Amino acid sequence: MVPLSWYLVLAAALFSLGLYGALSRRNAIAVLMGVELILNAVNINLVAFNRFIVPAAVNGQIFALFVLAVAAAEAAVGLALIIAIYRTRNTVNLEDADLMKG
Amino acid sequence: MPSDYLPILILIVLATVFAIIAMALPAVLGPSRKTKAKLEPYESGMVPYTDARRRFPVQYYVIAVLFILFDIEVIFLYPWAVMLRQLRLFGLIEMAVFLGILLVGYVFVWKKGALEW
Amino acid sequence: MTLPTLDLVVLLPQLIVLTAALLVLVVDGLSGARSWLLAGISLVALLAAGAAAIWLSLQPGEPRRLQAMAVADGFALLFDVVIVVAAVLGVLLAYQSIPRISQQVGSYYALLLLAVVGMMTMGAALDLIVVFLALEILSLALYILAGFNRSEPRSAEASLKYFLLGAFASAFFLYGAALVYGATASLNLEAIAAALAGGSRSPAMLYLGIALLIVGFGFKVALVPFHMWTPDVYPGAPTPVTAFMSAATKAAAFAAFLRLFLTALPTAQPTWSWALAVLAAVTMTLGNVAALRQRELKRMLAYSSIAHAGYAAVGLVAGTAQGAGAVLFYLLAYAFMNVGAFGVVAALERAGEYDVARGRLAGLSERQPALAAAMAIFMFSLTGIPPFAGFFGKLYVFGAAVAAGWGWLVVIGVINSVISAYYYLQVTVEMYFAAPAAEAPAAAAAGKKGRAVAKAAAPSPAPEEGKAAPAPLSRATAAAVLAAALGTVLIGVLPALLTGWIAQAVQGIF
Repeated sequence: MVPLSWYLVLAAALFSLGLYGALSRRNAIAVLMGVELILNAVNINLVAFNRFIVPAAVNGQIFALFVLAVAAAEAAVGLALIIAIYRTRNTVNLEDADLMKG
Repeated sequence: MPSDYLPILILIVLATVFAIIAMALPAVLGPSRKTKAKLEPYESGMVPYTDARRRFPVQYYVIAVLFILFDIEVIFLYPWAVMLRQLRLFGLIEMAVFLGILLVGYVFVWKKGALEW
Repeated sequence: MTLPTLDLVVLLPQLIVLTAALLVLVVDGLSGARSWLLAGISLVALLAAGAAAIWLSLQPGEPRRLQAMAVADGFALLFDVVIVVAAVLGVLLAYQSIPRISQQVGSYYALLLLAVVGMMTMGAALDLIVVFLALEILSLALYILAGFNRSEPRSAEASLKYFLLGAFASAFFLYGAALVYGATASLNLEAIAAALAGGSRSPAMLYLGIALLIVGFGFKVALVPFHMWTPDVYPGAPTPVTAFMSAATKAAAFAAFLRLFLTALPTAQPTWSWALAVLAAVTMTLGNVAALRQRELKRMLAYSSIAHAGYAAVGLVAGTAQGAGAVLFYLLAYAFMNVGAFGVVAALERAGEYDVARGRLAGLSERQPALAAAMAIFMFSLTGIPPFAGFFGKLYVFGAAVAAGWGWLVVIGVINSVISAYYYLQVTVEMYFAAPAAEAPAAAAAGKKGRAVAKAAAPSPAPEEGKAAPAPLSRATAAAVLAAALGTVLIGVLPALLTGWIAQAVQGIF
């Protein structure tokens, strides 16, 4: 069987990718995608810990299900907000979102 | 065991090598005579009449977003369905409350006209 | 298989508010918005939830539990009361101004109530899954509320900023929760504490998890390096929303922060209290220094709220029952004084305005003496001048920190209170001693910094600005400001009414 550390490394790599994406991209949707990558890294962690550390329990898997559902709700709210911005500003570039500098 | 994945690794290598050979042989052996018709995008034999990369309206995005929301809630039905026999009436009532809350949201978006376009 | 028994009474306040939120949605969807009806349902539900929380806290015996997921102990219920206070004032403030900026009045009240459900659950949660769900329920509702002013591009921008940084912070919180799960094999707060009592198997994973949890909570309460959203979101959001979220979100986030760190992670306290002490010191200083330079009221209050998050964090650093009680007292006082201050801003606001220039306050004592007096009370209280609520809040927080041996942190806190006196008292001076005509140059000076103010000030002739008729003060807004002022004074005059109750309530989280 694949050892636990492999899963943790995979999750950490996904986390780093998501972090890099969220910090480096200028497009609001791309930032959102970075955040979703981090959430998936969390899910891998939760399920792996559940399987390896407390195989009798299911709370890690349940947590992962909740994360999935909440991530979908978050994405829905986020996309709606991005569309609201797009309607007034005609851009989803975060560098153009500068009405409040100062 | 990681060694269980060896066949998959071999398959990946074989597939890659085959693809490279299949691409490289015609390029080296075959003659290359480009004409205007040959360079056009292939659309199942139709004559292309606009650029493929144009913007198209997404008036249905509200419905798409609502679909995501209502669709993902189904994942809570799966574990419930697996355990339904043990949970009996208790599980049924719990799920009824859950779906009832979803239903209120559904009625709200319906009455607000979010489902029309 | 035995079926679980659910003691749903534990969540009675939440269930009342949730039912009201669904009712508001149905009424709004089926019959079209009747503003007074929707506001009435919300108010009644919030007051009923507050009453339910007080009733539950008076029950004798062990606190009731909902499995191992949530608990109705004094700590959770008192935080419910704090949140209800902020939410009631938020509904009253919204009654006049929200219909002016949006057609979707029903959505506003429903979202506010849903945010309240999430906030109340934060304090009651005994499991990381529940903490996460509560955090997301309140956050998602607030993201939308922050962008509620659809005609104002800055409102949409504020909400997008809040959303992106908030989603980012939630992801950090989750990763932290997953690592703590891996290090302790449990998601239940008490089981985590039990697992850590015998020493952690993987301390590196545990400390990394704790650090990520601090980042997640630090964002929600706006501790300094995670505060960047506050100065943009607070002015950008509609004023009633800002008033509500500034007090209630802080209370809810600190409730979960306190319970998680004091119940589940006391064995790691030497580590996290140092990290938090540094954050608190930086937060107080940066918030106050930045607030000094602001010429607009909402932006100034935004930086001031960052500073107050720092003061409250001092109580958490202490990590004792005394400290936890002090944080609770502080947040109750803060709910009254800060929502009140934003209420005055809402009363001074003109239709379609983005932020209120400080110059608008000049001569307020002559035009609207009652409003000016209320604002003076809030400013004195925020500074921490006796006999107002804010003074005792600071006194208890700093006292707890001294008792726990954090003298240097308290020195920084006191120095910061002195700095903050400068800008809070300046507001009072402007109201009572500045001539009304002083507004025009002040607005022009502020205009250099913000295009918003420049736009607002440029077209309107200066003399008319100064003598503008007092905006008609709606009865709901007046009631909110009055209630907040009364609360601020009452807690300040009779703090002993609460301290005994609070001291007893916080025992439950240790």
